[in-house]
Amino acid sequence: MKKFLALILVAVLALGLAACTAAPSTPAQTPSDTTSKTPADTSGGLIKVGIVNNPPSESGYRAANVADFERVFNEANGYKVSTFYSLKNDEQLNAAQQFITDGVDYLLISAAATDGWTNVLQNAKNAGVKVFLFDRMMNVDQSLFEAAVISDMKAQGKMAVQWLLDQKLPEYNVVHIQGAMGSDAQIGRTEPLNEQFEKGTMKCVVQQTATWDEATAKQIVESVINSGEKFNVIYAENDGMARGAVAALDEAGITHGKNGDVVIIGFDFNKWALREVLAGNWNLDVQCSPFQAERIHQMIQDLEAGKTLSEKIVINEERYFDAATITEADIDKYGIGD
Amino acid sequence: MMQNDIVLSIRNICKSFPGVRALQNVDFTLRKGEIHALMGENGAGKSTLIKVLTGVYPKDSGQIFLDINGGLKEINVKSPHEAQSLGISTVYQEITLCPNLTVAENMFIGRGNYRFVSWRSMKKKTAEILKKLNIPARAAQQLGTCSIAVQQMVAIARAVDMECKVLIFDEPTSSLDEQEVEKLFSLMRELKSRGVSIIFITHFLDQMYEISDRVTVLRNGELVGEYEVKDLPRVQLISKMMGKDLDDVSTLQKRKLPDEKTDVLPVYEAVGLSSTSCPNAFDFKISKGEVNGFTGLLGSGRSESVRAIFAADRITGGKIKINGKDVKIKKPKDAMKRGIGYLPEDRKRDGIVEDLSVRENIILALQVMKGFFRPFSRAEAEAFADEYIKLLGIKTASMDTPIKSLSGGNQQKAILARWLLTNPQYLILDEPTRGIDVGTKVEIQKLILKLAEEGVSVTFISSEIEEMLRTCSRLIVMRDRKAVGELKGDDMTQDNIMHMIAGEAVQNA
Amino acid sequence: MRDVLKKFARSQLVIPLFSLLLIVIFNLIRDVEFFSINIVTNNQGYRVLSGNLISILNGASAVAIMSIGMTLITSSCKGQDISVAAVAAIAGSVFVSVLRSNEITIPVIILAFLSSCLVSVLFSTFNGILVAVFKIQPMIATLILFSAGRSIAYWINGGATPTISSPLLASIGGFIPGIPIPTPIIIMVLFLVLISLVLRFTTLGLYTQVVGINEGTAHLNGINPVWVKLIAFMISGICVATAGNITVCRIGLINHETLLLDAEMDVILSVAIGGTALSGGKFNLYGSVIGAYIIQALTVTLYAMKVPSAAVKAYKAIVIILIVVISSPLVKEFAANLINKLFKKQAGAKIPMKAS
Repeated sequence: MKKFLALILVAVLALGLAACTAAPSTPAQTPSDTTSKTPADTSGGLIKVGIVNNPPSESGYRAANVADFERVFNEANGYKVSTFYSLKNDEQLNAAQQFITDGVDYLLISAAATDGWTNVLQNAKNAGVKVFLFDRMMNVDQSLFEAAVISDMKAQGKMAVQWLLDQKLPEYNVVHIQGAMGSDAQIGRTEPLNEQFEKGTMKCVVQQTATWDEATAKQIVESVINSGEKFNVIYAENDGMARGAVAALDEAGITHGKNGDVVIIGFDFNKWALREVLAGNWNLDVQCSPFQAERIHQMIQDLEAGKTLSEKIVINEERYFDAATITEADIDKYGIGD
Repeated sequence: MMQNDIVLSIRNICKSFPGVRALQNVDFTLRKGEIHALMGENGAGKSTLIKVLTGVYPKDSGQIFLDINGGLKEINVKSPHEAQSLGISTVYQEITLCPNLTVAENMFIGRGNYRFVSWRSMKKKTAEILKKLNIPARAAQQLGTCSIAVQQMVAIARAVDMECKVLIFDEPTSSLDEQEVEKLFSLMRELKSRGVSIIFITHFLDQMYEISDRVTVLRNGELVGEYEVKDLPRVQLISKMMGKDLDDVSTLQKRKLPDEKTDVLPVYEAVGLSSTSCPNAFDFKISKGEVNGFTGLLGSGRSESVRAIFAADRITGGKIKINGKDVKIKKPKDAMKRGIGYLPEDRKRDGIVEDLSVRENIILALQVMKGFFRPFSRAEAEAFADEYIKLLGIKTASMDTPIKSLSGGNQQKAILARWLLTNPQYLILDEPTRGIDVGTKVEIQKLILKLAEEGVSVTFISSEIEEMLRTCSRLIVMRDRKAVGELKGDDMTQDNIMHMIAGEAVQNA
Repeated sequence: MRDVLKKFARSQLVIPLFSLLLIVIFNLIRDVEFFSINIVTNNQGYRVLSGNLISILNGASAVAIMSIGMTLITSSCKGQDISVAAVAAIAGSVFVSVLRSNEITIPVIILAFLSSCLVSVLFSTFNGILVAVFKIQPMIATLILFSAGRSIAYWINGGATPTISSPLLASIGGFIPGIPIPTPIIIMVLFLVLISLVLRFTTLGLYTQVVGINEGTAHLNGINPVWVKLIAFMISGICVATAGNITVCRIGLINHETLLLDAEMDVILSVAIGGTALSGGKFNLYGSVIGAYIIQALTVTLYAMKVPSAAVKAYKAIVIILIVVISSPLVKEFAANLINKLFKKQAGAKIPMKAS
């Protein structure tokens, strides 16, 4: 019996360890292993780049974002890349400092939190390391980085609200499902809608956070349905929550989408979400583009060629698809995930 | 008696718990510089009286007067801490210190301004007290690593150190061996000569007679009377405690050794048995219907030996035969399956399951033997519990009462019931009579003899050699974790045992 | 009557039931129709029940199921498993990954369920071994999977939010065609029946409590504490896998980061509200389940009251503090005294009536 126990223990431990190490070390499996971080003069004409990002496991968006950078920044394109992923700001700061010490040429950062970066970026500047920010802005002086390629969450929210206004519905009774309170995406996507509520062009039936959780979104919508209040728009701040909301509608026998009673709006451009739009189950999905690598690649090439950059802050071009216009090809081209 | 001689006066105290009247109009008077014993069977109300006095329980009615600056004033104690500040300190029956703190911390914790006590001076002061009282512990030692006896002595030292008017000893000697008891008594006499009044609760008649000046007897929550110890013969005291004329103790006849037949295989036989806590291998056997015992001082290895028989600790070697057949006993369940029952020394730690009902506590062992997938139905369990509650006269409000609310003796009976229910062929009873009242002690001894008559083999351990002499037909004497001898028949006398136990110690001295 | 009431007052169920009653009364005063149940036709064309009561029962299923396992762990190990939600995410990921690599049929769903149970039981057993064999405090031991679990879940599927769609799954997470009660409620009831049978036909309950109250006694009475604790963790593993799978089926996708987010706290709270001491010992499974419904009823009430997003957690905390205070020994004793006094008066009044 003891032996059997020991066997199980070893197996479970091994499994646990394998899993523990495998997941966070996905970064280590990127084309450029951490071993390449050693300050090597053997880079042989390759441009040395250090990337500090959030881990791909954070979300579908982040997975696509990481994949995008892996696709662009590799040896085939002339880069020697070191990467570090963490959700914690202090770990990111340490990693960035290490990259500077290791003597990278460029430092690309998507910060976990917006504050605390001034020192590190100053060090980078002193060491002659050029810094690009992507995905998110941070609270630093603009002189400390070359350029920032970012998503404008508020612009996404505006796009959705404008589309909604363009539908010229007789009335707008909106159920607003928010993301985790205080997150960038929640603040940006909530603001334009709040403006409409204040103006009185739209009526807020319920505004509640589901903390990005699909099941919670479903419960919130169930609660609205049970209260008997009328609504004709569900504005969910990401695709998952929209899916949860729709599940509640389906159970209550309320039609939705292109020819239904309730307009469904989601964000993020997951492929499965776009398919819902294509099928007419949803009305609108707004992009939050994880694709910034190509743009940064161009700017680095410009700097290497001796040109100066024209823009300091580059807003990612983002778009939306509604049920009327979307095609299968769009899903393949723009959708993230599978 | 002069009025100003009185230190503490308790008048008409009543206290009830749901379903139980623990104290009814009890009076108690304590004089300056006396040792006053409080006696009574389990459930007589001794502990409750002390707990009311020290503010653990609020009293329902009655008055308590304490001598404050030369005059008796009524006090209303709301917490043990308040009692302490009034000069009433207690050493409880169960150790109430914190085992995970050091000895020094235990000495000082909860004593007012300990926030400002520096650890160093605390340690120093503790070391002094320990030295003064001859307690074998270090100030920085974690209390839990000390033996129970030493823990008890630390508790006493703590109370003594808090210069008090009234010092209450609630069963302080139940975990101490004779030497330690002597040490405690000399300490008590010393305190008495300094004018401290001592309330002494004990089950040991000898000790009571040795040290006390006066005695107050309680029975079933009521006052029986207050007596000068020298005017009260033992038999009278016992009959007052039990409320009936007592012939049991004296009539309990010493059992005759059953004729040893060489052709009958012993029920249990071990050769070279050793365990992690009993590293010295020993041989042991017991035949059908025999009562034998392990005797020796505290820590002599007597408990460890019987634990090894039951495989309570990890077995490291030895061969075992049950009724002549080779068997393996590697864990308690193996022993149980072979018909061995074991009543452990430390009832609270190893015996009872505090929060579970008397019923669940009684059926536990039999249930485990019956198997995981074959639970007793409620009706079966109730029938068993009911039978044994009646058989052993366990005093409980109902069989669903949590066992922790029973008195010590009744808890012990319930554990005994648990093992009797398994119908064992060999029963090991380690200190079954410790910390329980005289009546129950006698009952348990009678039960042991009755079981033996029915053919059950019993190994019995008790700190009171008298008890063992009365019940056992063979004694194995232990010293320093080794069996140093065996006594049978007429050789079994208190003197012989003492000699054997002391043997080497005397030579060394 | 008095005895029955007194017995009830002392039972562990009285506090959870009382709390639940308070929430129900509060809602009835606020809105008489709050608990009304309607029959609606869903988008698949079947008539189903709907209403806040159904939402509460339905929404609480996952936490209720997990609280069963947590109760056993709490009782026997004197501590809590804080990794249940993370392990649920792992189990859900396994479930999804098996379903995605096959065509979804009933046998495949069963296979997926069994594999997720197996994986979840393995991880739970890993926790159990740390706790039972290596004697690590449960909260510390399970901290490992608490922090690594969701990463493992991600690693299993390799993508962030894989979806699975099938009417079969919808009938697990939603309604079985023709049956008007949400399936999660049915699963919860089945689970409760199952665990009741286990408690009825094994000595698990007795062993668990004996180990939780006094390990020394358990050992000396032939109970192996290690196995009892491991069994608690294994049962919890099955509970956790079931809860994870139900949640996956509700929406048809797994988001390993948000699946049953913070549910471990709700589960532990359910156990606490249910009358099981978090320091182990005597347990009350049905109390824990009621605890889960109390928490869900509270959440739904807050939604219905349109409490602002940012304040939801604060309101929840206030009510939970109240419940915990009510169940504290101090208040319990006070209530018991009150009941005693009330009945003494009544009893006193009754005696002369009998005499006449």
